[in-house]
Amino acid sequence: MRHRLCSSITLLAVVIAVGLVAPAAGQGPSTTGPKKYNAPKTPWGDPDLQGVWNDATSTPLQRPANVGEKDVLSAEEAEEFQKSLAHDLTRDRRDGGNAADVNRAYNEHWMDARRLKITADKRTSLIVDPVDGRIPVLATVPPDRQKVRAARAEGAARFAAGLPDNYTDMSWPVRCVVRTDVPPYLPTIYNNNFQIFQSPGYVVIGPEMIHSARIIPVDGRPHLHKGLRQWLGDTRGHWEGSTLVVETTNFRADEGVLFQNANPATFTITERFTRVAPDAVNYEFTVADPTTWSKPWTALIPWNKVDPGEQMFEYACHEDNFDIVHFLTGARVREKNGETVGQQRPARAGEER
Amino acid sequence: MQLRRTVAFLGVAGVIALVWLVVPPLSGQQRTPTGPQFPSAYRAARAADGHPDLNGLWQAFVTANWDLEDHEAQPGPHSELTGAYGAGPAGQSIVEGGEIPYKPDALAKKKANFENRLKVDVSNDKTWHDLGDPEMKCYMPGVPRATYMPFPFQIVQGTSPYILMAYEFTGATRIIRMDWKQAAPTDAWMGWSRGRWDGDTLVVDVTGQREETWFDRAGNYHSDALHVVERYTPVSPHHMTYEATIEDPKVFTRPWKISFPLYRRMEKNLQLLEFKCVPFTEELLFGKFRKEAAR
Repeated sequence: MRHRLCSSITLLAVVIAVGLVAPAAGQGPSTTGPKKYNAPKTPWGDPDLQGVWNDATSTPLQRPANVGEKDVLSAEEAEEFQKSLAHDLTRDRRDGGNAADVNRAYNEHWMDARRLKITADKRTSLIVDPVDGRIPVLATVPPDRQKVRAARAEGAARFAAGLPDNYTDMSWPVRCVVRTDVPPYLPTIYNNNFQIFQSPGYVVIGPEMIHSARIIPVDGRPHLHKGLRQWLGDTRGHWEGSTLVVETTNFRADEGVLFQNANPATFTITERFTRVAPDAVNYEFTVADPTTWSKPWTALIPWNKVDPGEQMFEYACHEDNFDIVHFLTGARVREKNGETVGQQRPARAGEER
Repeated sequence: MQLRRTVAFLGVAGVIALVWLVVPPLSGQQRTPTGPQFPSAYRAARAADGHPDLNGLWQAFVTANWDLEDHEAQPGPHSELTGAYGAGPAGQSIVEGGEIPYKPDALAKKKANFENRLKVDVSNDKTWHDLGDPEMKCYMPGVPRATYMPFPFQIVQGTSPYILMAYEFTGATRIIRMDWKQAAPTDAWMGWSRGRWDGDTLVVDVTGQREETWFDRAGNYHSDALHVVERYTPVSPHHMTYEATIEDPKVFTRPWKISFPLYRRMEKNLQLLEFKCVPFTEELLFGKFRKEAAR
């Protein structure tokens, strides 16, 4: 169990190092058009979002080039799209010889099977704005941001080559400081569950990975003062009709925590949670950062209710983070053998290149 | 003269006697040697689920995280560098009867834990957890330790069959599954918690805890057979009585009990803040594996 967990850390590290979290599975209801659904209310009158939800889907965050400008697919196209994405994502396949098969089988065991299905509304990207379904990357990144990125890239390159100098060459998720609990929430290869709790004045989101609770006051209180910053920011919510609107500020200045290494000083995020069916919540987020993206962009990800019999498990990370020692001791051995960062080495078990 | 004195004396004695009769005797207040007592008939306000409303931020103000048993004030780990910073306060035992009923071998291990509480060696997966207080390494503290660490925790009680307990220390959380009967499917650092109401008391049965957690910085510990039953009883709008019965036949000769009050944090707009302590431990745990040239 522990060994599996740690290997999962390795794999996630690779996925995150690539820069785009591999999207995973999930079926939601149609997300287009006005909703007639009347969300249930708690006894104190707030829309009721309580439950365990899963955001896995194979629908990619950004629209792949091979679907052209099509934002929603026909039933036939969707089937083909899903099949093709699943082939790339699954490890339950036989091609490539015995060694590759065994490696894949080992990893498939703890992957989230829901990640192999596209959204029920058959969209080609999770991004709904801009209409091309692509992240509006900034053509010219300001020099100070370029410098920050270059500094981070050196450590990341050493880590990717299996030659980290120190734990500081590893990403925050590998170090178990933050993981997929940093907003915005994006589907990944496993641990896509979120449990929502509510009490008068609060909505609390418990992301499976890591185990922390995002406690959202919805009682109108002000944000923390600017100087009190946190890894996961400071979150406040309010209701707009049946939608929970969430604003998060006060992110710490650490680089590499936010999506695509956005700048904590200029990053803004608004998230919207709307119950659209008994078993579905629409999760929509809009992010902006003028030093990372040319304009704000918005994605919509269906959250699907998990069978109550399927429990949330505790995701411990740091407590058994054997990998961090393996990475470093392995690097020291490679140094002795004369390996350097530029030198390509064979792919390791479970590693995606 | 003599008579007048006698009359005066009797007068004073009479006043004393009257006061004695009218004012409730002091001994009546001394029936509770542990301190003030809450009215036993307190009925807590109800939450949306119809049960006592435990929502809010709570904190213990005992020093049990240093030692569950009686302990004297002690210097911090490196007082030659830090002076009185990090020093531990004295405190009285929260264990019923004062002492934890260890088996003889287990008591020796407790003492060894204390001797090794500041040591760390993560170079081998198999002995990864052998040394050092898990709190020092920023590991989730387990139950009941999470309750009496010097940090607040928040209870979120809605209408679902789950009550959340969120702790500030390392962002640990546990889900109390109400009326859930299953066995723990695997071990977890914060264990698996089954809740039920016994009148106005929330009773939580905790099993499936990782064996590596400790009870305190004194090295008090348990095995994988740990079974904890907690009782949260509201005794005023601002207080709960917390009790935990601890059972572990591999380590203790009998079940034993701790108890202390939990206080509601009253500050306006108070919120749980982050205590992400992993970055505080990385140099201690992993620093020795860095590249020689980078040292």
